[in-house]
Amino acid sequence: MTRWKSVLIIGFLASIPLWVTSFYFLHILITTGIFIIAAMSLNLLLGFTGQLSLGHVAFFGIGAYASALLSLGFEVHVTDDFALGVGPRPVWLAMLFGTLAAGLCGFALGKIAFKVRGAYFVIVSISFAEVVRLVAVNWVELTQGPMALNNVPPLKLGIPELFELSFLRKPAYFYVVLATAIACYVIIRRLVHSHVGRAMIALRENEPLAMSVGVDVTCYLVLATVVSAAMAGAAGALYVHYVRIVDPDIFLFIYTVMMVIMVVTGGKGTLAGPIVGGAIFGLLPELLRAFAIKPEVQWIAFGAIMILVVFLLPRGIVPALDDWWRSRKGPSPDAKPPVQAASGAPQ
Amino acid sequence: MDQFLQHCLNAFMLGGTYALLGIGLTLIFGIMRVVNFTHGELYAFGAYMMYALVMRLGVDFFLALALATVLGLVVGAAIEFVLLRQLRSADIDVTMLVMIGAWIALQNAEQLAWTGVAQSIASPFPADPIVLGRLSVSWNRVFVFAVAILLIAATYFLVNRTKLGMAMRATFQDRETAALMGVRIERIHTATFALGSGLAAAAGALLGPVFVVTPTMGDLAAAKAFAIVILGGMGNLVGATFGGFILAFAEEIGVGYISSGYRDAMGFLLIILILLVRPTGLFARKERIS
Amino acid sequence: MMASASIVLEVIGLTVRFGGLMAIDDITFEVRNGEVLSLIGPNGAGKTSVFNAITGYLRPQVGDIFYNGRRLSGLQPHTIAARGVVRTFQKTSLFGGQTTFNNVLMGLHLSARQRPLAVILGLPSVMKDERKLKDSAWDILRFNGLESRAHELGSALSYGEQRLLEVAIALAARPTLLLLDEPVSGMNPTEKVRFMGTLDKIRSKGTTILLVEHDMRTVMGASDRIICLNHGRIIADGVPGEIQSHPEVIRAYLGERAARAGS
Repeated sequence: MTRWKSVLIIGFLASIPLWVTSFYFLHILITTGIFIIAAMSLNLLLGFTGQLSLGHVAFFGIGAYASALLSLGFEVHVTDDFALGVGPRPVWLAMLFGTLAAGLCGFALGKIAFKVRGAYFVIVSISFAEVVRLVAVNWVELTQGPMALNNVPPLKLGIPELFELSFLRKPAYFYVVLATAIACYVIIRRLVHSHVGRAMIALRENEPLAMSVGVDVTCYLVLATVVSAAMAGAAGALYVHYVRIVDPDIFLFIYTVMMVIMVVTGGKGTLAGPIVGGAIFGLLPELLRAFAIKPEVQWIAFGAIMILVVFLLPRGIVPALDDWWRSRKGPSPDAKPPVQAASGAPQ
Repeated sequence: MDQFLQHCLNAFMLGGTYALLGIGLTLIFGIMRVVNFTHGELYAFGAYMMYALVMRLGVDFFLALALATVLGLVVGAAIEFVLLRQLRSADIDVTMLVMIGAWIALQNAEQLAWTGVAQSIASPFPADPIVLGRLSVSWNRVFVFAVAILLIAATYFLVNRTKLGMAMRATFQDRETAALMGVRIERIHTATFALGSGLAAAAGALLGPVFVVTPTMGDLAAAKAFAIVILGGMGNLVGATFGGFILAFAEEIGVGYISSGYRDAMGFLLIILILLVRPTGLFARKERIS
Repeated sequence: MMASASIVLEVIGLTVRFGGLMAIDDITFEVRNGEVLSLIGPNGAGKTSVFNAITGYLRPQVGDIFYNGRRLSGLQPHTIAARGVVRTFQKTSLFGGQTTFNNVLMGLHLSARQRPLAVILGLPSVMKDERKLKDSAWDILRFNGLESRAHELGSALSYGEQRLLEVAIALAARPTLLLLDEPVSGMNPTEKVRFMGTLDKIRSKGTTILLVEHDMRTVMGASDRIICLNHGRIIADGVPGEIQSHPEVIRAYLGERAARAGS
């Protein structure tokens, strides 16, 4: 993508709060933006590295809880006499903490989970998320369990006594989400267009061949998981300081499924795929709500859409559009070889 | 000590149905190599069919049980025919996503049809439990255990003593050779998926009257089924049977001596622990179904 | 003939068993610097297992493997590749969904110097490194005669071109010891001649080559030395002229009667 195109798009996005006055619509854009960040993070692991990690919502939730807890302050009794307590910290610090915590968990899961491969790995990843959920439900002292952590403080930046910038209002928070999304996109694009990204793609396409040219399988799988988890954690932190409440339901498998749907329908292994997928499935519920459709029917529709897309456009929307565009333009004189996304079977 | 024995007794009763769930899934996993996300939904389907037949239509309890199982078989065959058959040559992740889509659709259809309110099913057994010394067990659970064992035995017979079973085992061991020897792989797949789904429905139909029926009951059941498959090794019937009982015991001991909140976590923790130590499953030395 | 060249690869007492089956039975041999050594033998003789053992895809039950004096046995495949020992595969093995150019670029993995953090931060050194890698990729494509196919998908190449691409990917990893597993199998005569030329070019750069091949013409024409395996054991070791008339070798390939008829 050329410089000018990027500047135009970013400029357009940045201008949105200036002419979109409906708070409701801004709200949708903010939540969609957060979904897109989560989808991009999953795409790195699922799309580019080809790992069927279905526990991704765990990282989103860990980021949310960690950030919320640090911003509220918490205390746990490790033994009957000894308590570990941390006072409330500024929200921006808590958000960073949330991102780091999620990344760390990604590291741990990566190191452990990749000892098993294939279908077993899928199951381990799902189990991981479930265990985290059950911990959140049962460790009431820390997480308040099903009663939820509420009154999570909103984002404020500033030097106390001097000035304070509050991101409580929707337009302001929109910029926070937009900035984070752009940063995540740039990071992923840089990774993908480097030898790091190529190593991940190599693992997805042909693992034995990748090994034979020196790709350290564990190292790159773990790296993909860490970056992916940290980004999901960042999305979670953004989410929790926006809705300002979090409960263990954030860890439900269905939310991982949502992210998977976004990535797959958009086009896994492409840069634009999760954005398209996130946009569609962020806006679709609102559209359906306008028609007063029951949530169950909505979910059935999602399931049906995913099945249809998988059958008709197996590589997703973005690659299909790409192919169609390419076939209309004819052979390209462009000397730069494109980084192709493929739905190659994982070995 | 009595408490311990009571827990053991409960575990036995539960283990039978868990084994049913596990056997069904391990067959599907082993022969078709598909991560079957709809397995839990068939379990819930079986329970809901019992509810519909017994409570709404007044069908005889035992007949309803048989019907629910058969309906599970039919739904399983339908899923395989409509969805999986088209995906024969697709990647594993594509198949998985379609199964996830089917799972979402099924669960929400169930929610739509029966609402989210928990339903209970009346059973024809006396409410007073059988008392053996200081232990007690309800008639219901004994019945469940007996039927589960019967179905397990029937499955063993099917897999080991019939032509269909032989074809299934051949497909499991070496698909290409089996096809060359005249085995109709497509039919085996449909039969396997139907059988696995039928067993799941049976498990749901059996446990529905013991607990309550909710639309999300399938999720936990699916998770436990996966744990059992991993415990026992993919395609390993004996492993799955043992796995079912092991899981039930782990849950009962956990509930009794650790904390009841983490009961359902037992399955997941077991999965993670086992795979850490033995990445191919506990019993996976046996690479055949028998 | 490099009679006085130093020994680079030592395989000592290598034994590989699969269950009850003995794939390799106590094999000992050496490879000298810069030579082309071919492993031949009937199907099932254990040749690919030797490759797998040397490059870490198989764990031998018994035996040691040393490269340039350092132990290779027990290491992971990617570590062995980093030591300069790179292999190709018997069945066509590419990154099929990627372009030919990208395939080679992926093979250049070991040449990339930038750490992931530098990549994420987008430091200018990363761009410079990328440019160098891309230049190297073009060089390698030209070396293998594939630059006209650079923008085609790997899966769209003809069979012969795909096999060339496999060698190109392996070369990208900068091997000092290159293991080629049946590189000309399935190629037509023109392609085989073209490949022999490439093999010569690789060899003139000083790379040591270990070759598994069934095509006798290629083997006899390209090799400095030949080792013949049968049933997991070495039955002959010598220059092409010796091996051609070696009774054990003939017996292994053609059976008893032919050996008696030949001698």
